[in-house]
Amino acid sequence: MAKTLVVIPAYNEAEGIGSVIADVRRAVPDVEILVVDDGSRDETAKVAAAAGAIVLRHVFNMGYGVTIQTGYKYAYEHGYDYLVQVDGDGQHDPSFIPSMLDPVMNGEVDFTVGSRFLWFDSYRPSFTRRLGILFFRRLVTVIIGRNITDPTSGFQAFNRSVMKFFSTDIFPCDYPDADMLITLNMAGFSIRELPVRMFANKSGKTMHSGFKPLYYMFKMCLSIVVTLLRNRQFYRRQA
Amino acid sequence: MTLKQQIFSLLVSISVFFFTIDLVRKKRLREEYSLLWLATSLTMIVLIFKYDWLVALTQMIGAVLPTTTLFLGSILFLLILSVQFSIKISRLTEQVKDLVQENALLRHEFKQAQLKSNAAREADAEKKQPVIE
Repeated sequence: MAKTLVVIPAYNEAEGIGSVIADVRRAVPDVEILVVDDGSRDETAKVAAAAGAIVLRHVFNMGYGVTIQTGYKYAYEHGYDYLVQVDGDGQHDPSFIPSMLDPVMNGEVDFTVGSRFLWFDSYRPSFTRRLGILFFRRLVTVIIGRNITDPTSGFQAFNRSVMKFFSTDIFPCDYPDADMLITLNMAGFSIRELPVRMFANKSGKTMHSGFKPLYYMFKMCLSIVVTLLRNRQFYRRQA
Repeated sequence: MTLKQQIFSLLVSISVFFFTIDLVRKKRLREEYSLLWLATSLTMIVLIFKYDWLVALTQMIGAVLPTTTLFLGSILFLLILSVQFSIKISRLTEQVKDLVQENALLRHEFKQAQLKSNAAREADAEKKQPVIE
């Protein structure tokens, strides 16, 4: 039987992580759940362990990208065949996990990404966030030659080959979003976007506060340019 | 260049040179970072004695005064130093990231191994207990 792991990155999510784990377990009872605690100052790790998840803990806060890569490395080292990534703040509806996994498990594609814009009652991000998403949506669509509506989505599922690829230095740990999709495409992995429901963040916490959106735009554009400058052979060698 | 200027420049250059050597000796500065400092102070010493070279260099780059060339040189030196630090910091950031991830994975393995060995010890202790009838 194929081993599947749900990876949940979490930072100071002690209040909500228990219910996220319970929701995931309800949606997919047979999979193992890994919570990667990114050096939280609260009881996130304890609550997650009490809820029955496997818990890895960073000694200090390293950011979202590093946290999910720790999960990929764990999954790869422990021989998991498939991995689903769900955010720890409860924004992603875990009832969509089976539909995200199906095309990957059937071997139709290597990587699925959930889009909030393809599902009718997902929450609408703020105007400025939508503008950013629209910009990168156009950019990714033009570069990879297929329609991607939600390039910033963290709701993803993929197979072991992608796990191995993401465990290397090639993974963009500093905001892995649109550049990651382009990298995957250049490395020859097949991508499919699927409709998912996403809720508004109840806690109001965001990775994109202060000047971070400006840095995000700069970093993402630079990363995309650099990604395009590397040739396909470079990525194939990593894969 | 006047004698006063020469003496002052020489003192500064020699001080930088020996201060750098001393830092390396005391292991407070790694050899790889001392290279730029030593090279710059040696270049300064050479230019103090070979002032003609500085004038020639000034004419070559199209500057008017030799002091401009010196300022340009120092700016270039600081620029190279900053780039060197940025490269190093990027590498260190990558290494810290790998260490934090490895630490998280190993801590988990260690806890699992501890739990297993405790369970095995308890099972052994239960087996060894004499049966009282």
